[in-house]
Amino acid sequence: MAETKPRTLFDKVWDAHVVEQLPDGTCVLYIDRHLVHEVTSPQAFEGLRLAGRKVRRPDATIAVADHNIPTMGRANGIQEEDSRIQVETLERNVAEFGVPYFPILSAQQGIVHIIGPEQGISLPGMTIVCGDSHTSTHGAMGSLAFGIGTSEVEHVLATQTLLQKPAKNMLVKVEGTLGAGCTAKDIVLAIIGKIGTAGGTGHVIEFAGSAIRALDMAGRMTVCNMSIEAGARAGMIAPDQTTFDYVRGKPYAPKGEALDRAIAWWSTLPADPGAHYDTVVELDAAAIAPMVTWGTNPEAVVPVTATVPNPADEQDEAKRAQLARMVEYMGLTPGQKITDLKIDVVFIGSCTNGRIEDVRAAAAVAKGRKVATGVRAMIVPGSGIVKQQAEEEGLDKILIEAGFEWREPGCSMCLGMNPDKLTPGQRCASTSNRNFEGRQGPGGRTHLVSPAMAAAAAVSGHLADVRELA
Amino acid sequence: MDRFTTLSAPAAPLALDNVDTDQIIPARFMKRSRAEGYGPVLLHDLRFDEAGAPRPDFVLNTPRHAGAKVLVGGRNFGSGSSREAAVYALWDYGIRCVIAPSFGDIFASNAVKNGLLPARVSEEDAATLLAWLDSANDTQLQVDLEACTITAGGQTIPFSIDPVRRTQLLNGWDDIDLTRERAAAIASFRTARAQAEPWAIAPPAA
Repeated sequence: MAETKPRTLFDKVWDAHVVEQLPDGTCVLYIDRHLVHEVTSPQAFEGLRLAGRKVRRPDATIAVADHNIPTMGRANGIQEEDSRIQVETLERNVAEFGVPYFPILSAQQGIVHIIGPEQGISLPGMTIVCGDSHTSTHGAMGSLAFGIGTSEVEHVLATQTLLQKPAKNMLVKVEGTLGAGCTAKDIVLAIIGKIGTAGGTGHVIEFAGSAIRALDMAGRMTVCNMSIEAGARAGMIAPDQTTFDYVRGKPYAPKGEALDRAIAWWSTLPADPGAHYDTVVELDAAAIAPMVTWGTNPEAVVPVTATVPNPADEQDEAKRAQLARMVEYMGLTPGQKITDLKIDVVFIGSCTNGRIEDVRAAAAVAKGRKVATGVRAMIVPGSGIVKQQAEEEGLDKILIEAGFEWREPGCSMCLGMNPDKLTPGQRCASTSNRNFEGRQGPGGRTHLVSPAMAAAAAVSGHLADVRELA
Repeated sequence: MDRFTTLSAPAAPLALDNVDTDQIIPARFMKRSRAEGYGPVLLHDLRFDEAGAPRPDFVLNTPRHAGAKVLVGGRNFGSGSSREAAVYALWDYGIRCVIAPSFGDIFASNAVKNGLLPARVSEEDAATLLAWLDSANDTQLQVDLEACTITAGGQTIPFSIDPVRRTQLLNGWDDIDLTRERAAAIASFRTARAQAEPWAIAPPAA
């Protein structure tokens, strides 16, 4: 039982959950927490029903509706019929299978990746899955958390395990101090710009270095959230005092002596000295500026001080065609200054940036300013708890006074499954995670930015360098 | 699940990198029930214009490639969202195999669970296939999962797939049945884990 080989954070969490390794190398991996939402679960519950199976561990499962619920007037019910049917289906399924559920009018309701950590349901050292690719968010706790498809949702519901092969280890080290106006969002956009949308494929990324250690939990969640945009199914950050302080007092977290024991265990999770990483990438935090995506994948990102790239400068023909397509879809002119791009809509929210810290950052910029004429600016808190907290701090008043719409929690315009959508050609500064073609509505044009940068765009009427508003 | 052994079918080129699952099926269509069929919304915004009319220049709308059962794509096919609906859309349209230099991890996993083969080829071979599809009179190609080869226009190229996934496709196995045979091991693992990390197993009532 001599475990002498130095192990990474991922190796340790993985090893602690392997029920059995099969001859072909596949592992039966025990899943500690399964988060369920309305969009990717209906076929999974239907599969259980057809096979006459039960949910193996309802107590390890939590369900919430977030993707297609309205963010205004929710108390009056869901007006869109197909959305209402999907939420009602979830409610029927959780009742039939005995799965705990946060109802849509409760304060605990929110985006599944916001409420997991917020409730202490997601804890360090756990395996956590959800039928949503941004499950990587929970890796900020020092857990192994990844998105799964609906077949796998059914597998976890039926067995509380998954069949998986271990991923490769990637270390992304960000050292140094971030400059003023720069945030966790800018770090992760800079990382994706460097390694590309497939740079992390087949890997679990561990984010480390002094700039990551210096982030609060909200910032760490923002970074891990976008691991999938670099192709990595999971991102992780070693648990430390910041993590333990965050966990303490959360509703579902261990308390008292159990918490002490848990912290003692979690303290053993950081990588051993000499642990092997298959790939190592290093970034200098001081060199990171506020970032803005200009194209239709998160790798197409530049500092706010830059200009729109010219596809003609690209040597590779296939890449040149791809860049030209992005320039055209986004309605840009090569060489145009990023800060000259006029904005129609600002969206602040999502599992990437819908936490109280993000609302505070937006309010700090909005305070005493007005949303520019012709701009629609909306802010969607990530959960009922975030909304309450913001209202206790008076942030809602600051934002409403500035001309923002203050809405009810949900995924909202991150993916446009509810009425919050861009119309064709609209340009949006968004704190979400994907600038894909049509992601926020058919023909919509998305620029991914931090909450402070989104607020700066809202009050300026165009993409703006938040450092010049200080 | 359907077994996959060999396939001889017409192919279509989709020469774009990073065809993410939002493009394969935009989120607004995920509220459909599977019974309605997802084929009509496959690649919807690339296939149809804002008024819902087919874009005549989109590959699947051309007479040459309508009815393709194999799609040859670019790098990082199926990246992004975990939505298995992307696989449902491909499957319901009739696609049984996607050939590309690389795939989004979750997409590849979802594909196999529905009997759809994600076949990984080198960048060079993908470019060769795309060029061949642009000019060939007959777009029929042969895929052999046992041998891991693709034959097109008299040329045979190798493809790769994780061996476990290959076995799964060849046999058409249901994962859940396989795992349920291990129920006793899972139960004893859980009991041991409840001793070591009780907080991870039984959350206290909030």
